[in-house]
Amino acid sequence: MLSYNEKIRHIAKKILAEGKVEIVIGYRRGTLPMINEPCFIKHPEDVTRLIWDRHCGINLTNYLTQRKERIGIIAKGCDSRNIITHIIENKIKREQLVIIGVPCKGMIDRHKIASQFEEEIQKVKEDGDKIVVTGGGIEKIWKLSDVLQENCIICTHRNPVIYDELVAEPVAEQKDVNRYEDIRRIERLSPAEKAEFFDDLLASCIRCYACRNVCPLCYCDTCFVDGSQPQWVGKSQDPTDIRTFHFLRAFHCAGRCTDCGSCERACPMGIKVRTLTKKLEKDCLELFNWEAGIDLEQRPPLTTYNPNDPDDTFR
Amino acid sequence: MEYMGIEPGRIHFSWISSAEATKFVDVVNEVTSTVKALGPRKSFVKTPLTTAKNKAA
Ligand code: SF4
Ligand code: SF4
Repeated sequence: MLSYNEKIRHIAKKILAEGKVEIVIGYRRGTLPMINEPCFIKHPEDVTRLIWDRHCGINLTNYLTQRKERIGIIAKGCDSRNIITHIIENKIKREQLVIIGVPCKGMIDRHKIASQFEEEIQKVKEDGDKIVVTGGGIEKIWKLSDVLQENCIICTHRNPVIYDELVAEPVAEQKDVNRYEDIRRIERLSPAEKAEFFDDLLASCIRCYACRNVCPLCYCDTCFVDGSQPQWVGKSQDPTDIRTFHFLRAFHCAGRCTDCGSCERACPMGIKVRTLTKKLEKDCLELFNWEAGIDLEQRPPLTTYNPNDPDDTFR
Repeated sequence: MEYMGIEPGRIHFSWISSAEATKFVDVVNEVTSTVKALGPRKSFVKTPLTTAKNKAA
Protein backbone atom coordinates (compact mmCIF):
# COMPACT_ATOMS: atom_id res chain seq x y z
CA MET A 1 0.00 0.00 0.00
CA LEU A 2 2.91 2.34 0.69
CA SER A 3 3.88 2.17 -2.96
CA TYR A 4 0.67 3.98 -3.91
CA ASN A 5 2.30 7.26 -2.89
CA GLU A 6 4.15 7.94 -6.13
CA LYS A 7 1.19 7.05 -8.28
CA ILE A 8 -1.19 9.25 -6.31
CA ARG A 9 1.17 12.22 -6.54
CA HIS A 10 1.71 11.60 -10.22
CA ILE A 11 -2.03 11.58 -10.99
CA ALA A 12 -2.70 14.58 -8.76
CA LYS A 13 0.07 16.57 -10.42
CA LYS A 14 -1.16 15.64 -13.88
CA ILE A 15 -4.80 16.63 -13.37
CA LEU A 16 -3.83 19.87 -11.64
CA ALA A 17 -1.29 20.82 -14.32
CA GLU A 18 -3.71 19.98 -17.13
CA GLY A 19 -6.34 22.15 -15.49
CA LYS A 20 -8.80 19.26 -15.19
CA VAL A 21 -9.34 20.14 -11.56
CA GLU A 22 -8.74 23.20 -9.41
CA ILE A 23 -8.08 21.32 -6.22
CA VAL A 24 -7.11 17.83 -5.13
CA ILE A 25 -8.37 16.51 -1.80
CA GLY A 26 -6.13 13.87 -0.27
CA TYR A 27 -4.31 13.00 2.93
CA ARG A 28 -1.22 14.45 4.55
CA ARG A 29 0.66 13.34 7.62
CA GLY A 30 -0.98 14.55 10.81
CA THR A 31 0.76 15.98 13.83
CA LEU A 32 0.12 12.80 15.79
CA PRO A 33 0.93 9.26 14.66
CA MET A 34 -1.96 7.26 13.17
CA ILE A 35 -4.04 10.36 12.45
CA ASN A 36 -3.59 11.57 8.90
CA GLU A 37 -5.31 14.79 8.02
CA PRO A 38 -7.27 15.86 5.00
CA CYS A 39 -5.19 17.98 2.69
CA PHE A 40 -6.23 20.40 -0.05
CA ILE A 41 -3.73 20.83 -2.88
CA LYS A 42 -4.11 23.64 -5.37
CA HIS A 43 -0.71 23.80 -7.03
CA PRO A 44 0.98 20.94 -8.91
CA GLU A 45 4.27 21.55 -7.09
CA ASP A 46 2.61 20.82 -3.73
CA VAL A 47 1.60 17.25 -4.49
CA THR A 48 4.52 15.89 -2.49
CA ARG A 49 2.50 16.70 0.61
CA LEU A 50 0.07 13.94 -0.34
CA ILE A 51 0.64 10.63 1.35
CA TRP A 52 -0.96 7.23 1.50
CA ASP A 53 -0.58 4.64 4.23
CA ARG A 54 -2.68 2.62 6.66
CA HIS A 55 -3.87 5.70 8.54
CA CYS A 56 -6.05 7.24 5.85
CA GLY A 57 -9.28 6.15 7.51
CA ILE A 58 -11.09 9.48 7.40
CA ASN A 59 -13.73 9.66 4.69
CA LEU A 60 -12.86 12.55 2.36
CA THR A 61 -16.34 12.69 0.86
CA ASN A 62 -17.14 14.87 3.85
CA TYR A 63 -15.22 17.70 2.19
CA LEU A 64 -17.16 17.61 -1.08
CA THR A 65 -20.48 18.89 0.19
CA GLN A 66 -21.80 21.70 -1.97
CA ARG A 67 -18.41 22.66 -3.40
CA LYS A 68 -18.51 24.50 -6.66
CA GLU A 69 -15.07 23.90 -8.17
CA ARG A 70 -13.75 20.93 -10.11
CA ILE A 71 -12.18 18.55 -7.64
CA GLY A 72 -9.82 15.62 -7.69
CA ILE A 73 -10.49 13.34 -4.75
CA ILE A 74 -8.79 10.28 -3.38
CA ALA A 75 -11.25 7.50 -2.66
CA LYS A 76 -11.03 4.10 -1.03
CA GLY A 77 -13.84 1.62 -1.61
CA CYS A 78 -16.02 3.03 1.17
CA ASP A 79 -15.27 6.65 0.24
CA SER A 80 -16.29 5.97 -3.35
CA ARG A 81 -19.62 4.64 -2.10
CA ASN A 82 -20.19 7.81 -0.10
CA ILE A 83 -19.31 9.84 -3.20
CA ILE A 84 -22.11 8.01 -5.02
CA THR A 85 -24.48 8.77 -2.16
CA HIS A 86 -23.40 12.42 -2.32
CA ILE A 87 -24.11 12.55 -6.06
CA ILE A 88 -27.52 10.90 -5.60
CA GLU A 89 -28.36 13.41 -2.87
CA ASN A 90 -27.31 16.34 -5.09
CA LYS A 91 -24.47 17.42 -2.84
CA ILE A 92 -21.94 17.36 -5.66
CA LYS A 93 -22.06 16.75 -9.42
CA ARG A 94 -20.34 13.80 -11.04
CA GLU A 95 -18.93 16.12 -13.75
CA GLN A 96 -17.09 18.14 -11.11
CA LEU A 97 -15.08 15.18 -9.93
CA VAL A 98 -11.99 13.33 -10.96
CA ILE A 99 -12.05 10.35 -8.62
CA ILE A 100 -8.64 8.87 -7.88
CA GLY A 101 -9.59 5.38 -6.78
CA VAL A 102 -7.43 3.50 -4.30
CA PRO A 103 -7.88 -0.26 -3.87
CA CYS A 104 -7.70 -0.65 -0.10
CA LYS A 105 -6.55 -3.43 2.19
CA GLY A 106 -7.80 -1.97 5.40
CA MET A 107 -6.92 0.83 7.77
CA ILE A 108 -5.31 0.56 11.17
CA ASP A 109 -7.52 0.99 14.21
CA ARG A 110 -5.81 3.64 16.29
CA HIS A 111 -7.98 2.79 19.29
CA LYS A 112 -6.88 -0.84 19.27
CA ILE A 113 -3.21 0.11 19.27
CA ALA A 114 -3.48 2.97 21.75
CA SER A 115 -5.40 0.81 24.23
CA GLN A 116 -2.65 -1.82 24.20
CA PHE A 117 0.31 0.54 24.41
CA GLU A 118 1.13 2.03 27.79
CA GLU A 119 3.53 4.77 26.71
CA GLU A 120 2.99 7.73 24.44
CA ILE A 121 3.14 6.47 20.88
CA GLN A 122 5.83 8.19 18.86
CA LYS A 123 6.12 6.13 15.73
CA VAL A 124 4.03 3.55 13.92
CA LYS A 125 5.63 1.75 11.02
CA GLU A 126 4.26 -0.77 8.56
CA ASP A 127 6.64 -3.62 7.86
CA GLY A 128 5.20 -6.31 5.61
CA ASP A 129 2.30 -7.85 7.50
CA LYS A 130 3.54 -6.39 10.79
CA ILE A 131 2.99 -3.10 12.54
CA VAL A 132 5.85 -1.79 14.65
CA VAL A 133 4.94 0.76 17.30
CA THR A 134 7.57 2.65 19.28
CA GLY A 135 7.39 5.24 22.03
CA GLY A 136 8.66 5.92 25.53
CA GLY A 137 11.59 3.57 25.03
CA ILE A 138 9.51 0.50 24.23
CA GLU A 139 8.66 -1.25 21.01
CA LYS A 140 5.69 -3.48 20.30
CA ILE A 141 4.90 -5.49 17.22
CA TRP A 142 1.42 -6.53 16.07
CA LYS A 143 0.19 -8.62 13.24
CA LEU A 144 -1.46 -6.21 10.84
CA SER A 145 -4.64 -8.28 10.70
CA ASP A 146 -5.00 -7.97 14.48
CA VAL A 147 -5.10 -4.18 14.51
CA LEU A 148 -7.27 -3.35 11.51
CA GLN A 149 -10.43 -1.29 11.94
CA GLU A 150 -13.47 -3.47 12.64
CA ASN A 151 -15.28 -2.22 9.55
CA CYS A 152 -12.26 -3.03 7.38
CA ILE A 153 -12.12 -6.59 8.68
CA ILE A 154 -15.66 -7.20 7.41
CA CYS A 155 -15.42 -4.98 4.31
CA THR A 156 -16.73 -6.39 1.04
CA HIS A 157 -16.06 -3.33 -1.13
CA ARG A 158 -12.37 -2.65 -0.88
CA ASN A 159 -12.14 -1.49 -4.46
CA PRO A 160 -13.66 1.83 -5.46
CA VAL A 161 -17.03 1.32 -7.16
CA ILE A 162 -16.64 4.54 -9.14
CA TYR A 163 -13.39 6.14 -10.31
CA ASP A 164 -11.65 7.94 -13.14
CA GLU A 165 -8.12 6.87 -12.30
CA LEU A 166 -7.07 3.83 -10.35
CA VAL A 167 -3.71 3.94 -8.57
CA ALA A 168 -3.18 0.15 -8.65
CA GLU A 169 -4.67 -3.13 -9.78
CA PRO A 170 -7.87 -3.95 -7.88
CA VAL A 171 -7.33 -6.03 -4.75
CA ALA A 172 -9.22 -9.28 -4.14
CA GLU A 173 -12.56 -8.69 -2.42
CA GLN A 174 -13.15 -10.56 0.82
CA LYS A 175 -15.66 -13.37 0.42
CA ASP A 176 -17.84 -15.20 2.97
CA VAL A 177 -17.53 -12.40 5.49
CA ASN A 178 -19.73 -12.71 8.54
CA ARG A 179 -20.72 -9.05 8.56
CA TYR A 180 -23.37 -8.96 11.26
CA GLU A 181 -22.35 -11.34 14.01
CA ASP A 182 -22.13 -8.56 16.63
CA ILE A 183 -25.49 -7.12 15.65
CA ARG A 184 -27.21 -10.52 15.84
CA ARG A 185 -25.77 -11.01 19.31
CA ILE A 186 -27.47 -7.79 20.44
CA GLU A 187 -30.71 -8.67 18.67
CA ARG A 188 -30.91 -11.86 20.74
CA LEU A 189 -30.82 -9.95 24.06
CA SER A 190 -34.01 -9.24 26.01
CA PRO A 191 -35.37 -5.66 25.93
CA ALA A 192 -33.96 -4.93 29.39
CA GLU A 193 -30.55 -6.34 28.44
CA LYS A 194 -30.56 -4.29 25.27
CA ALA A 195 -31.32 -1.10 27.18
CA GLU A 196 -28.49 -1.90 29.55
CA PHE A 197 -26.14 -2.71 26.69
CA PHE A 198 -26.69 0.70 25.10
CA ASP A 199 -26.42 2.41 28.49
CA ASP A 200 -22.95 0.93 28.81
CA LEU A 201 -22.01 1.53 25.21
CA LEU A 202 -22.78 5.23 25.34
CA ALA A 203 -21.94 5.94 28.99
CA SER A 204 -18.66 7.66 28.23
CA CYS A 205 -19.96 9.88 25.42
CA ILE A 206 -18.99 13.52 26.00
CA ARG A 207 -21.20 14.79 23.17
CA CYS A 208 -18.33 16.34 21.32
CA TYR A 209 -20.10 15.44 18.06
CA ALA A 210 -16.87 14.37 16.37
CA CYS A 211 -18.73 11.31 15.09
CA ARG A 212 -21.26 13.54 13.42
CA ASN A 213 -18.78 16.10 12.12
CA VAL A 214 -16.65 13.49 10.45
CA CYS A 215 -19.56 11.71 8.78
CA PRO A 216 -20.13 12.57 5.11
CA LEU A 217 -23.85 11.97 5.58
CA CYS A 218 -24.18 14.62 8.30
CA TYR A 219 -24.16 17.70 6.11
CA CYS A 220 -27.34 19.52 7.22
CA ASP A 221 -26.83 23.26 7.74
CA THR A 222 -28.42 23.00 11.16
CA CYS A 223 -28.19 19.57 12.73
CA PHE A 224 -31.12 18.53 14.91
CA VAL A 225 -28.78 18.42 17.92
CA ASP A 226 -27.78 22.05 17.46
CA GLY A 227 -31.20 23.60 16.87
CA SER A 228 -32.85 25.32 19.80
CA GLN A 229 -36.16 26.43 18.27
CA PRO A 230 -37.58 23.87 18.37
CA GLN A 231 -35.20 21.92 20.52
CA TRP A 232 -35.45 18.35 19.29
CA VAL A 233 -33.13 16.83 21.84
CA GLY A 234 -31.90 17.90 25.25
CA LYS A 235 -28.38 19.28 25.38
CA SER A 236 -27.36 17.78 28.68
CA GLN A 237 -25.22 14.83 29.62
CA ASP A 238 -28.33 13.03 30.85
CA PRO A 239 -28.14 9.45 29.54
CA THR A 240 -31.53 9.89 27.88
CA ASP A 241 -30.31 12.92 25.95
CA ILE A 242 -27.13 11.12 24.93
CA ARG A 243 -29.09 8.12 23.72
CA THR A 244 -31.61 10.27 21.88
CA PHE A 245 -28.78 11.96 20.02
CA HIS A 246 -27.20 8.66 19.02
CA PHE A 247 -30.39 6.85 18.05
CA LEU A 248 -31.65 9.76 15.98
CA ARG A 249 -28.35 10.27 14.26
CA ALA A 250 -28.28 6.59 13.35
CA PHE A 251 -31.78 6.83 11.89
CA HIS A 252 -30.70 9.79 9.79
CA CYS A 253 -28.04 7.58 8.28
CA ALA A 254 -30.40 4.71 7.46
CA GLY A 255 -29.99 3.48 3.90
CA ARG A 256 -27.09 5.87 3.40
CA CYS A 257 -24.35 4.65 5.72
CA THR A 258 -21.58 2.74 3.96
CA ASP A 259 -19.97 1.54 7.19
CA CYS A 260 -16.84 3.53 6.34
CA GLY A 261 -15.97 3.60 10.05
CA SER A 262 -15.02 7.28 10.19
CA CYS A 263 -17.36 7.95 13.09
CA GLU A 264 -15.86 5.21 15.22
CA ARG A 265 -12.35 6.25 14.26
CA ALA A 266 -12.96 9.88 15.20
CA CYS A 267 -14.52 9.25 18.61
CA PRO A 268 -12.08 10.42 21.30
CA MET A 269 -13.71 8.07 23.81
CA GLY A 270 -13.41 4.98 21.64
CA ILE A 271 -17.18 4.40 21.56
CA LYS A 272 -18.31 1.82 19.04
CA VAL A 273 -20.73 4.14 17.29
CA ARG A 274 -21.17 1.77 14.37
CA THR A 275 -23.15 -0.59 16.60
CA LEU A 276 -26.14 1.62 15.81
CA THR A 277 -25.60 2.51 12.16
CA LYS A 278 -24.69 -1.05 11.28
CA LYS A 279 -28.01 -2.38 12.54
CA LEU A 280 -29.79 -0.11 10.08
CA GLU A 281 -27.36 -1.04 7.36
CA LYS A 282 -28.17 -4.69 8.04
CA ASP A 283 -31.92 -4.01 8.01
CA CYS A 284 -31.63 -2.20 4.68
CA LEU A 285 -29.84 -5.18 3.22
CA GLU A 286 -32.25 -7.75 4.63
CA LEU A 287 -35.50 -5.86 4.06
CA PHE A 288 -34.77 -4.00 0.83
CA ASN A 289 -31.74 -5.83 -0.53
CA TRP A 290 -30.01 -2.45 -0.47
CA GLU A 291 -26.39 -1.52 -0.07
CA ALA A 292 -25.71 2.21 -0.06
CA GLY A 293 -23.53 3.83 -2.69
CA ILE A 294 -23.24 1.06 -5.23
CA ASP A 295 -25.29 2.36 -8.12
CA LEU A 296 -25.78 5.93 -9.36
CA GLU A 297 -29.07 5.05 -11.05
CA GLN A 298 -30.91 3.33 -8.21
CA ARG A 299 -33.00 5.32 -5.73
CA PRO A 300 -32.36 4.68 -2.02
CA PRO A 301 -35.05 2.56 -0.33
CA LEU A 302 -36.28 5.31 1.96
CA THR A 303 -37.09 7.56 -1.00
CA THR A 304 -39.04 5.02 -2.99
CA TYR A 305 -42.24 3.08 -2.61
CA ASN A 306 -42.62 -0.46 -3.78
CA PRO A 307 -45.87 -2.41 -3.32
CA ASN A 308 -43.74 -5.35 -2.19
CA ASP A 309 -42.05 -3.41 0.61
CA PRO A 310 -42.23 -5.38 3.85
CA ASP A 311 -44.91 -3.96 6.16
CA ASP A 312 -45.03 -6.40 9.09
CA THR A 313 -44.89 -3.56 11.58
CA PHE A 314 -48.07 -1.98 10.18
CA ARG A 315 -51.52 -3.05 11.08
CA MET B 1 -36.54 0.67 18.12
CA GLU B 2 -36.68 -2.82 19.58
CA TYR B 3 -32.97 -3.10 18.91
CA MET B 4 -32.27 -0.31 21.36
CA GLY B 5 -34.30 -1.90 24.12
CA ILE B 6 -37.87 -0.75 23.64
CA GLU B 7 -40.18 -3.71 24.27
CA PRO B 8 -42.17 -5.16 21.40
CA GLY B 9 -45.72 -3.90 21.82
CA ARG B 10 -44.81 -0.47 23.11
CA ILE B 11 -44.75 1.14 19.71
CA HIS B 12 -47.54 0.64 17.20
CA PHE B 13 -47.93 1.70 13.62
CA SER B 14 -51.17 1.69 11.77
CA TRP B 15 -52.79 3.21 8.72
CA ILE B 16 -56.44 3.96 9.31
CA SER B 17 -58.73 5.69 6.90
CA SER B 18 -61.19 8.25 8.32
CA ALA B 19 -63.94 5.86 7.21
CA GLU B 20 -62.61 2.96 9.27
CA ALA B 21 -64.10 3.78 12.65
CA THR B 22 -64.19 0.19 13.87
CA LYS B 23 -60.57 -0.35 12.92
CA PHE B 24 -59.68 2.82 14.81
CA VAL B 25 -61.41 1.58 17.94
CA ASP B 26 -59.78 -1.84 17.64
CA VAL B 27 -56.34 -0.37 17.24
CA VAL B 28 -56.71 2.06 20.14
CA ASN B 29 -57.97 -0.73 22.38
CA GLU B 30 -55.08 -2.94 21.37
CA VAL B 31 -52.53 -0.19 21.92
CA THR B 32 -53.81 0.68 25.37
CA SER B 33 -54.09 -2.92 26.49
CA THR B 34 -50.62 -3.99 25.32
CA VAL B 35 -48.99 -0.86 26.72
CA LYS B 36 -50.83 -1.26 30.02
CA ALA B 37 -49.71 -4.87 30.21
CA LEU B 38 -46.11 -3.76 29.74
CA GLY B 39 -46.41 -1.21 32.56
CA PRO B 40 -44.49 2.06 32.88
CA ARG B 41 -41.22 2.21 31.04
CA LYS B 42 -38.14 2.18 33.29
CA SER B 43 -35.21 2.96 31.05
CA PHE B 44 -34.92 5.79 28.56
CA VAL B 45 -36.95 7.95 30.89
CA LYS B 46 -35.55 11.33 31.76
CA THR B 47 -35.91 12.42 35.37
CA PRO B 48 -37.13 16.01 35.26
CA LEU B 49 -34.76 18.31 37.15
CA THR B 50 -37.52 19.58 39.43
CA THR B 51 -38.47 16.12 40.67
CA ALA B 52 -34.82 15.22 41.12
CA LYS B 53 -34.36 18.34 43.23
CA ASN B 54 -37.52 17.71 45.26
CA LYS B 55 -36.30 14.23 46.01
CA ALA B 56 -32.89 15.51 47.13
CA ALA B 57 -34.50 18.10 49.38
S1 SF4 C 1 -22.37 6.84 10.07
FE1 SF4 C 1 -20.16 6.40 10.40
S2 SF4 C 1 -19.77 4.57 9.12
FE2 SF4 C 1 -21.72 5.46 8.40
S3 SF4 C 1 -21.13 6.84 6.69
FE3 SF4 C 1 -21.19 8.09 8.59
S4 SF4 C 1 -19.05 8.08 9.36
FE4 SF4 C 1 -19.25 6.38 7.86
S1 SF4 D 1 -17.45 11.21 18.86
FE1 SF4 D 1 -17.75 9.82 20.63
S2 SF4 D 1 -17.79 11.15 22.47
FE2 SF4 D 1 -18.07 12.47 20.66
S3 SF4 D 1 -20.32 12.65 20.45
FE3 SF4 D 1 -19.66 10.92 19.12
S4 SF4 D 1 -19.83 9.09 20.42
FE4 SF4 D 1 -19.91 10.88 21.79
